[in-house]
Amino acid sequence: MKIPDLKKKLPDLKKKLMDSVNEIWRTVFRHGFKDTPRNRALIIISNVWLHLHPTQVREHGTKIRFTWCMGGITFFVFLFELVTGILLMYYYTPDVNKAYADIADLMYVVPYGRLLRNTHRWGAHAMVITVSIHMLRVFLSGSYKAPRQFNWVIGVLLLLLTFLLSFTGYLLPWDQLGYWAITVGMNMGRATPFLGYEGPFANLLGMTINNDVRFALIGGTTIGAPALLRAYVWHCVAIPLIAAALMMIHFWRIRKDGGISGRL
Amino acid sequence: MEIRRHEGELAELKDDRVFTWPNLVVKEFLAAIIVTIGILFYSFYVDAPLSELADPAHAENPAKAPWYFAGLQEQLVYFDPWYAGVVLPSLIVVGLMLLPYLDNNPKGNGYFTFRERKFAIVVFLSGYVFWYLLVYIGTVLRGPYWTFFWPWQEWTHSFPAPAPLHNLPLPLGIALLVGFYTVGLLFPLYIKKGTLFHNLDIIRYALTMGLILTMIGTAGKMILRLAFNIKYIIATPWINI
Repeated sequence: MKIPDLKKKLPDLKKKLMDSVNEIWRTVFRHGFKDTPRNRALIIISNVWLHLHPTQVREHGTKIRFTWCMGGITFFVFLFELVTGILLMYYYTPDVNKAYADIADLMYVVPYGRLLRNTHRWGAHAMVITVSIHMLRVFLSGSYKAPRQFNWVIGVLLLLLTFLLSFTGYLLPWDQLGYWAITVGMNMGRATPFLGYEGPFANLLGMTINNDVRFALIGGTTIGAPALLRAYVWHCVAIPLIAAALMMIHFWRIRKDGGISGRL
Repeated sequence: MEIRRHEGELAELKDDRVFTWPNLVVKEFLAAIIVTIGILFYSFYVDAPLSELADPAHAENPAKAPWYFAGLQEQLVYFDPWYAGVVLPSLIVVGLMLLPYLDNNPKGNGYFTFRERKFAIVVFLSGYVFWYLLVYIGTVLRGPYWTFFWPWQEWTHSFPAPAPLHNLPLPLGIALLVGFYTVGLLFPLYIKKGTLFHNLDIIRYALTMGLILTMIGTAGKMILRLAFNIKYIIATPWINI
């Protein structure tokens, strides 16, 4: 091919290339680049993640001084914990003979393992703090009032699950700190009225050390291998699933109950 | 018709809506980035705790629950575990879930105000502060054998033996407990001509006051213990309070 020929055809080729790119882009994103009201709406409603949001919100709902952003941050930290938690699961075995060594490996051997474990641990503490500040904000702004009463109830359950997520994770390193913290917790569990073998009225239901609520929680009469496995499954699978289901309801109901709260 | 009426309503409402993209989404992304940077920085400089391998034969002293449960553990000083560890937290959770159904004050819905809902805010903030005060004491101020140490004191194992505790005589204890709830339930009826009772009506009133009095009573028992060395108000073979 002669050079002049190529020069003539080059713009044509460039257009064809851009058209193909555009065609593929259009199959992924259903909106254009231009900053138009139509595209602003499409960005939200054509994206499965962003469509948690309505296309428009009342202006005060975007103000940090009103929302404190704490609900959103709590959700983000939950996702953060999910990602770091999954990465930690690649290195961790819920076995009393291996767990501590696995954590020590993470701290001293695995590349970035220390940072990974630290972020997961501090993220968990951060989540407990942000969720409780979120509750304070929702209370102080009266956002639990009609018609949002039931969403507050879901929120209280999520607060409880956040505590339980953090608590079940506490045992997993199988170190003295976690072991005795869970012991303190289980000493309370065995004192449950009616259902714990050391609790008031335990004899009414025939509670003993090997059939009460503590036994069910730790899978034995002492904190051992079954307790570690149970804490692991609650922590990594069961509670996150329950929390995720409740979060779906929590977020969905914000919109069904009239969007962000505010003066009418 | 339905649509037209709806449109008419919209015209009357002040339309202060803005597009979520970019107004809200930008802030969320920024918040996510800042939080990520914050956690990464903190994690870079501060290591997560890891003590020695778990050893059932050697108890930690003090053995502490994680900080967010340290407030309940602190209550173990004043109550038996069935209350401090099970009934009290259950009441807190149930009370919180009931809150929107008990607070029937229509004012202050969706905006910050103290003036329009003083009672609710004072009660909630008292509980909130009480919780974190207990967390602080349990986490920071308790040393070996759960002995109290000020932040500037060094933790030692040689501290004076605590004063001996005694129980209230059973009739006195029962009278005190029944009297406390009776007076507590009746007292608000004489404030502002019983406005609280009339606003809440009987079921809401009974539940609200029951929960509030239990919260006050929990703090009250702490005072009885600290000031008068009282272990139990009611001591029976079946249950101790």
